[in-house]
This record gives sequence, C-alpha cells and structure tokens, in this order.
Amino acid sequence: MPQAPVFHLHQVSKAYSNGVVALQGLNFTVNRGEFVSLVGASGCGKSTVLRLVANLLNITEGEIEWSDSEPQQKLAFVFQQPALLPWATVFENIRLPLKLAGMSRNKSRTKVQEAIHLVGLTGFESAYPRQLSGGMKMRVSLARALVTDPQLLLMDEPFGALDELTRTKLNHDLLRLAQQQHWTVLFVTHNLYEAVYLSHRVLVMSSHPGQIVAEVPIDVAYPRPEDFRLSRPFHQYCDRVAVELTQATQGQY
Amino acid sequence: MSSTQIKPSESETIQASESPRGNFWQILVRRLTSIEIIAPLVVGVLFLVSWELFVRWSNTPPYLLPGPLLVIQTLWRDWAILLPALWITFQITIVAFLAAIVSGVVLSILLTLNKWVEYSLFPYAVVLQTTPIVAIAPLIIIWTRQVLPPQSSTFVALVICAWIIAFFPILSNTTLGLNSVDHTLKDVFQLYNASPWQTLLYLRLPSALPYFLGGLRISGGLALIGAVVAEFVAGTGGQRSGIAYQILMASYNLQIARMFAAILLITLLGIGIFWSLTVLSNLLLGHWHESALKREN
Repeated sequence: MPQAPVFHLHQVSKAYSNGVVALQGLNFTVNRGEFVSLVGASGCGKSTVLRLVANLLNITEGEIEWSDSEPQQKLAFVFQQPALLPWATVFENIRLPLKLAGMSRNKSRTKVQEAIHLVGLTGFESAYPRQLSGGMKMRVSLARALVTDPQLLLMDEPFGALDELTRTKLNHDLLRLAQQQHWTVLFVTHNLYEAVYLSHRVLVMSSHPGQIVAEVPIDVAYPRPEDFRLSRPFHQYCDRVAVELTQATQGQY
Repeated sequence: MSSTQIKPSESETIQASESPRGNFWQILVRRLTSIEIIAPLVVGVLFLVSWELFVRWSNTPPYLLPGPLLVIQTLWRDWAILLPALWITFQITIVAFLAAIVSGVVLSILLTLNKWVEYSLFPYAVVLQTTPIVAIAPLIIIWTRQVLPPQSSTFVALVICAWIIAFFPILSNTTLGLNSVDHTLKDVFQLYNASPWQTLLYLRLPSALPYFLGGLRISGGLALIGAVVAEFVAGTGGQRSGIAYQILMASYNLQIARMFAAILLITLLGIGIFWSLTVLSNLLLGHWHESALKREN
C-alpha cells in the first residue's frame, strides 16, 4: 500500500482546565485507505484523541498536520451513542449533514438512498428512531456519517453499547464496507478482538496520562478471509495486543 | 459508493408494534366503557345525588346552597345573560394566551442566544411572576384608561393582567427546553458546521417542543384565571362585561344559583382549554416523544 498520510499527530498533549493531563506527547500517522484502531482502558483518553482530530476540542500543545487543506469538510464522526434526532425519520436523520450544507432535498435524495442501501436499511426510510433496535440505530448513525463521502471516518466505540451478536454482525459488515470502499478509519474501542478483526494497525494506549505505548501491525491483507475470526493468526494477534495492553495498564489497578 | 447491500441480522429486529385497532364505533364503545371513564362518572353522579338529597332533606334555602337541579335550571333560564359574558371572558383569555405564547417564545429564544439578555431580563420576568396580580391590576386599569379610549381600555387592561399571569410558565419551560439539547447532537451540528440559525431551527426548537407544550397547558388555565381575577378587580359593568362580573353581581343580589351556574361555565371553559391543548400536544409529539407514546403492558 502506498503510504500517503491523511494526518499526522505531532507531540500532541491535552490538559483540561482542572489540571488533569489527558494526553501527553502523542505521535502517530494515519495513512490513506488505512484502518487504525486505538485500544486502551476506559478513561485513558482514546475518545479525547478523536475529538481533537475532529476539532471538537482544542489542543493544549503540539499540532495535527493535515495533508489536505480543508480537513474539516471531509471527515465524519460516529459517536458512542447513535445521536439521532428523535423527531425525524431515518431518511431525514441521514440527510442532516447535506441539509446543513445547504443541499436541496431533491439533490440529496440519491445520496441518502445510496447510504441507506449501503448500511442495509432499505425499507426503513420513514421509520422513527424509537421504532429501531440499538443495532439499527447505529446503522442509521453510520449512514449519516457516510452520506457526505468522507475522506476520514472517526468512530468512537460505536458498537460499545450493543450485545455481542449484534456487535459481531456489525463488525462483519463494517469490515466488508471498509474493504470495498477503501475507507480511512480511526477507530476507538476497548475490545481488542474487534480492533484486531478490523484494523491494519492497532495502537495501544496507557492511561494517566494517555500515551501510545505500542503499535501492533495486523499483517493480514484486505480483503480478509471470511473465517479470519476463527483463524490461528487472529488469535496470535489478539494475544499480542492483550500482552501489550496488560503491560500498559500494569500497576494501575 | 458501490452497491453492496448488507442486511441487518435477526438480532436487530424492529421493536415497534402497531396498536390493535377496530373500527371507529368499536373504539368509541371501548373507550366509553373503560374504567377511566366509568369510575370518575360514578363518583360524580354519587356526589351530585347526595348534594341534591342533602339540600332537600335539610331544607337549606337556595340563597345559601342551591341544589344541582336548580343550578341547571338557572343555567338554562339565564343562558342569554351568561353566555355573552362567558364569550367576553373567553376572548380576553385567548388574546392574553396568544400574547403570552408569542412573547414567551421570542424572549426565551433571546435568553438562550445571548447570555447578556438572560442576565439582564430574567430577574424581572421572575418579579413579574411573583407580584400578585390582584395588587397591580388596579394600576394597570388606571394606566390603560389614561392612554386608550374608554370602549377598549377595559378589555386591554384585562388582557394585560391575564397575559402577565400566563406568560411566565411558557418563558421558563421553553428556556429550559432550549437548554436541554442532547450534548452529542450538539457535537453533530458543530461537526457539520451548522450556523447558529440552523442549530436553533433544526435542533434547539424541536428539542424544546415537549417542554413548550408542557408550559402551554399550564398557561392556558392560568390565562383564564388571570382574566377572571382581573375582571373581579376591575368590577366593570356595561356592554362588554365578562363572566366574573356576573358572579360578582349575582353575589350582591344573593342569586347563588346563578353564581353556581357561572362558576360551572368557567370550569367547563377551563377543562375545554386544557383538553384542546392536550390533544394538540399529542398530535405534535405523537410519533416521537416518550410523553405521548402509548405502551402495551
């Protein structure tokens, strides 16, 4: 894969106004077409990294170098909660980013339909969020992120609140879409199996303050075999990440 | 985007269920024979019957306590006096209520958009709310008489009194609603560079709607109370006199049955206002808000 960076974090630190240092001296790069996961214990600052990249938080020290001139226009964010408008239908929820960009209803229709089709929600266009299960709400949230054709997809534990079966199914679908669409994804999770299954690279974080302590490349090329989750290499990678994660959190519990 | 389609799995099944429906008459009969209708009806009828029996057995004179039958007879007989009076009170209530809605919503939007407006105006809105309307009504009546011609000054004065009472619940509820926006949704709007105007229109106002409607139901009743109280204070007679003036006159003349009839009309009007606002609320929130959803047990 050609190594064309999308962005690079250079010595990024984040301290909150109450003096808590959330992140210290973070350095890492995400390349085009790459799926990168950040794993770490709860509260280690994984989500903070995403919010800094999305410019929802201000950096205390260091900088993020973008290879593109207008990065804000081209990224999308999938939050921990589906964060849907309860008064709007599935269609209207997915159309929201286009509506906010001033695109007319007619012009955006095709794009919205494509996104709905992609995440498998065809037939649910006029349903309201309350009628959907947790997994389907997450699909709506994903479709809303995809509708703008983002160059970078930021995902903050998007499947954390789902049951194991639904999570596995959504992981499977996400991997297939990422492989086909050549997405660039920065994915935050505390589930290392999920991270290994999806990613090209897994970055392991320690907490207090948050730092990247290890990088585990998952050298299984896309498209990954259907039974990757059951294969020997998968479990070896999981063991490696688990060892790094244990070392990273040593003495903190 | 290419066209790969991915289906939700079995574990992501849809949870919505349609409520069982019959035709219109079946639903009506089921509604009317439900415990929610029957139980209060029985209590009401028992109360009225014992009231009537008590009045008859104890020979209570009608200028102290008229029986319910006499009240109904009086209502029928004095219909031509009471109904126009009720119509005046209704007009005052509606105008004051509409003024309260417009001013309450506009001011609450200003309060949430600008901290300076909030700090400088909100305390005075509280002052307006906590000052007893009975105490300031005479002032308002005197002042409007100075400014306006006599044929409209009373009406305007009464509207102002009712508006002062009805205004605050709408202001405070809508402000609360505008400030209760989900944080992640705010992030979504920030992420997509929404303008303050777009955030207000597509996020804050819809989020505030359930709170606003809650305030509306309180204010509707308060506007009526405000109108009646102000009429009492004003004590105005003549062509455009409201139902409270009729109550006042009836009490001077010891026409207690007519007083009861007038009170009955005010109560019915109040119930009517509350009921229509509840229907409106369910219509607007029916398909999404928890408060209006029907659940099966």
